Amino acid sequence: MKTSFNFTAGPAAAIAACAAVALATGCGGDDGGELSGARPAIDNYIAIARAGYDDTLATAKALKAAVDAFVAAPTPATLEAARTAWKAAREPYGQSEVFRFYDGPIDNLEPLINSWPLDEVYIDYVEGNPTGGIINDPVTFPVITKQLIADRNAAGAEENISAGYHAIEFLLWGQDLDPNGPGARPHTDYLPGKASYDRRGQYLKLVTELLVDDLQSVVDAWRPDAPYPAEFAADPKEAVRRMLQGMGSLGGAELAGERMTVALDNRDQEDEQSCFSDNTHRDLRADALAIQNAYLGRYGEIHGAGLDELVRARDAALDAKLAQQLEASIAAIADIPVPFDRAIADEAGRAKVLAAVRALQTQTETIVEVATLFGIQLNLK
Amino acid sequence: MRPQLHLPLLVLALTAPAGCSGDAAAGYEPGEELSGGDTTVFEQGHDAFSLSARNLKGERRDRFFVGNSIFNRPWVTAPSSTSGVDGLGPTFNATSCSACHFMDGRGAPPTQPGEEFLGLLLRLSIPGVDEHGGPLGEPSYGGQFNHHAILGVPAEGRAFVDYEEVPGQYADGTPYSLRRPTYRFADLAFGPLDPRTMVSPRTAPFMIGLGLLEAVDEAQLLALADEDDADGDGISGRPNRVWDPVTQTTTLGRFGWKANQPGLEQQNAGAFLGDIGITSALFPDENCPPPQTACAAAPNGGKPELDGDKLTDATYYARLLAVPARRDYEDPTVLRGKALFRAAGCASCHVPVLVTAASAEVPELAGQVIRPYTDLLLHDLGDDLADGRPDFLATGREWRTPPLWGIGLIGVVNGHTLLLHDGRARDLAEAVLWHGGEAEAAREAFRTLPRDDRAALIRFLESL
Repeated sequence: MKTSFNFTAGPAAAIAACAAVALATGCGGDDGGELSGARPAIDNYIAIARAGYDDTLATAKALKAAVDAFVAAPTPATLEAARTAWKAAREPYGQSEVFRFYDGPIDNLEPLINSWPLDEVYIDYVEGNPTGGIINDPVTFPVITKQLIADRNAAGAEENISAGYHAIEFLLWGQDLDPNGPGARPHTDYLPGKASYDRRGQYLKLVTELLVDDLQSVVDAWRPDAPYPAEFAADPKEAVRRMLQGMGSLGGAELAGERMTVALDNRDQEDEQSCFSDNTHRDLRADALAIQNAYLGRYGEIHGAGLDELVRARDAALDAKLAQQLEASIAAIADIPVPFDRAIADEAGRAKVLAAVRALQTQTETIVEVATLFGIQLNLK
Repeated sequence: MRPQLHLPLLVLALTAPAGCSGDAAAGYEPGEELSGGDTTVFEQGHDAFSLSARNLKGERRDRFFVGNSIFNRPWVTAPSSTSGVDGLGPTFNATSCSACHFMDGRGAPPTQPGEEFLGLLLRLSIPGVDEHGGPLGEPSYGGQFNHHAILGVPAEGRAFVDYEEVPGQYADGTPYSLRRPTYRFADLAFGPLDPRTMVSPRTAPFMIGLGLLEAVDEAQLLALADEDDADGDGISGRPNRVWDPVTQTTTLGRFGWKANQPGLEQQNAGAFLGDIGITSALFPDENCPPPQTACAAAPNGGKPELDGDKLTDATYYARLLAVPARRDYEDPTVLRGKALFRAAGCASCHVPVLVTAASAEVPELAGQVIRPYTDLLLHDLGDDLADGRPDFLATGREWRTPPLWGIGLIGVVNGHTLLLHDGRARDLAEAVLWHGGEAEAAREAFRTLPRDDRAALIRFLESL
């Protein structure tokens, strides 16, 4: 394994750093022992990931039960129950997003689980196009299957999304055409009399089942007897790198960048993540909390060893700074008016969103500092 | 050899401290793994082509993310409630940038018989030049074949590629087979193509390091040129001179397979129009040749459809997509491959080191020592690769030297290793073997190498 350096300052600095390290430790030496003190934090992180994905799977199964009940008997009450189950499922999933961005078990499946923004008319009718989407196209897609839904996901363009939470969200809420509230798809979309009602119900049931299947795969990959946790923990420095990579990527490129800066710029409701349900404020909160969880080593009832202790032992001021910034980001997100699509449209709301973007960017730069403290190179988007 | 820049001095200065590995193998140049200088990123996975310049910090990243969203966003038919992104077509090849440049990577020709084109397009022209010296579009189909159209407008038709295997062998007797593409058209909506039509297939190139290439001083590139092969080495790189719609002058071409675009803003605006049918201030007119009346009558998504800020942001994004660092750069086999690459003459055109201007518009891209392995000049690559279609000064046998940085990661990002302008080469060795013309001596050098040396040279390319 090669010693990694921060090359940001250019080759000359890298060589100087290399020479310094060579004097101290001998170059190209093994880092394996360097962060061996991180093992408790790594083990606790794995426990958190496991608990988080267990909750995610359980709530997705509850969603599936609610969806099945709705499709079997579409009424305003069963539709509302399915929507409530969807929102409940988003809470643990959001808090699991910090386990993304390092080619872990979630990363290959994530496009099937949580892709957005999605082009609604790829799935179903929209205003102005009553026959749009896979659901209304029995000629091209005579039978709707889980395989078909999975195969069509991101086929041809990145926004051709057919699967995942947001596909389900669209099928439960419909287009959000109301500036003050969420989408208002009627339960009658799933009753005889509405075009393709049976294919719509079939699609909704199968896309939810596919979500459960995919989350089950992620849960299985993190089980104690599966290879991934052992591989994750094998090299402490690499494990810490992945932990920081997830935290930095989620807060920086993902939240501050794609989900908030882009939405601010376009002032477009299409750019809010849970645009059909107007649940974006909860997505943002769960993600910011996830980053804090990963740093402090906690989730729900679990509170074990965290990265914070490792940082504190080396640089107490840096730990205090990051802890404060993580809290500040959560507060800044809580301060954004609801719904998010209104917040990006009016000036007062936009200032709050921008403040949250800046808080997350600041926090991300500190996460890079923490990595540097450990001699780790982060590749953030 | 052509005139040399004094870059080796700079490299030598950096070489002075001992290499880190302890066994500093001859030939490793410290820092050579940093293909994009300070902008270099260290990702080797699916996102290897999707990261922003490593030295792009804080608020300066905001526009990168906005540009990224424009790059991924599918355009829809006008009129639409999503008014910022309507105006698709009327005829088009794809609905978003990322459809062809998937994961900011490289497009490919169809891999199954009958599969539609995505990531490969066909340029069309007839003999003659337009008012700016550029190609003259086919009278009924224009300068680019669009096989899609919005509802109510006929698509131009369908295109297919067929391959014929061409056997060959290395000097040591090892056989190989190359596949030669031919193109045919079907269901042409406006009658047969003009019999004089010249067709040029072009795959979507990967997006990395483009801003760095744009920031290289023109003088540095011109110093690499040797139009009349004054030094008699058989290599006569020459600059393309193309029309710049921004300055309304003829200027150095840098981008595109024939260096027919002078800068990234022009390249992007050209692709928005040619590929997606989106007009901009630079290219304000929809691409509807005279017989295509339904195309001309279709509603548009505003004049222009792409507002100036969006073009600026998309261009900022294209400028700042970073080049990934090399891997295995100290491996002895890779270093041997690098020496063989140079000895074979490959580096005469695939120039290893360039330096960006100190005054570059984007400060992150200024004054960087970069290793793109290109001279951005035109070279005669011989009959086998010729498309027979001139493009400004580029003849039908000339192509711009494509950069090689990042080439070893295309497989990881895009799941294929199809190379050259039309994706005919199935791997790096086939790409080398297709070279002819000015590159014939270099190709022969490769073809006559012992097996181990060929493998070493390929290993070197894979490390880029």
